[in-house]
Amino acid sequence: MTLPFLLFFAFALIAVLGAVLLILAREPIHSALSLILVMVALAVLYLLLGAEFVAAVQIIVYAGAVMVLFVFVIMLLNAGVEERTNWSKIAAWAGTPLAFFLLLEIGHFMAHSKAGEMIGTGTGAGVGASGAAFSTTELSKLLFTSYLFPFEATSILILIAILGAMILAKKEE
Amino acid sequence: MSVVPVSYYLVLSAILFGLGVVAFVFKRNIITIFMAIELMLNAVNLAFVAFARAWNQLDGLVFVFFVIVVAAAEAAVGLAIVMTIVHNRQTLNVERVDLLKL
Repeated sequence: MTLPFLLFFAFALIAVLGAVLLILAREPIHSALSLILVMVALAVLYLLLGAEFVAAVQIIVYAGAVMVLFVFVIMLLNAGVEERTNWSKIAAWAGTPLAFFLLLEIGHFMAHSKAGEMIGTGTGAGVGASGAAFSTTELSKLLFTSYLFPFEATSILILIAILGAMILAKKEE
Repeated sequence: MSVVPVSYYLVLSAILFGLGVVAFVFKRNIITIFMAIELMLNAVNLAFVAFARAWNQLDGLVFVFFVIVVAAAEAAVGLAIVMTIVHNRQTLNVERVDLLKL
């Protein structure tokens, strides 16, 4: 057991635990806090994978901005314990086997696919060959050359999102 | 220094995505359902980064970047819609938002 493995298992456990807590929590604010836990654990895993820029963005945008927005709305609406209805029981009965089958299917696919084998054994071309970090310089070059049009399109998307949020949240006269 | 196999990350990503689906199905609170969607997006992001590492290609990271941007925009608009729903119907329960139901 080397350090990367220990770090991986520790933070993978934290992430899964956070996700389970999200499901079990009865109050939305507890769900939000456990989701922040998942996101921070994932940021550490990104660092472990050598994606420093993505880890920073994960913390700043996801764990920071998006989750603050969620917590803010929960506080604003004073959301309490969620109600239980007959339908929620039906959803639980139907959902449990469905979720189980989904996990089984993904597991089956990954165990039997060629790509999974290649990645799993670590013999494919360049598979986890270097523990070196991705270069943020190269990433930004790629972002502003090959992906320039999608990048500019996202700025339009954010502009439209801001306008939409403002119009939706506007108080009617 | 040995490196954690990429397949480990993919399995973790699948587990997190599955838990996101479970939360999406189980939860009745509209805000928590939104959080389940965010959890699924995070799981997919982890898979993207893991694949980027597997093939040593930076394109996967660019995709993660775009997913995060779209998720942020979606959260802003989605929560504004939640505010409107609560304003109109005084409830966060998705079952009480049934105007389009027969």
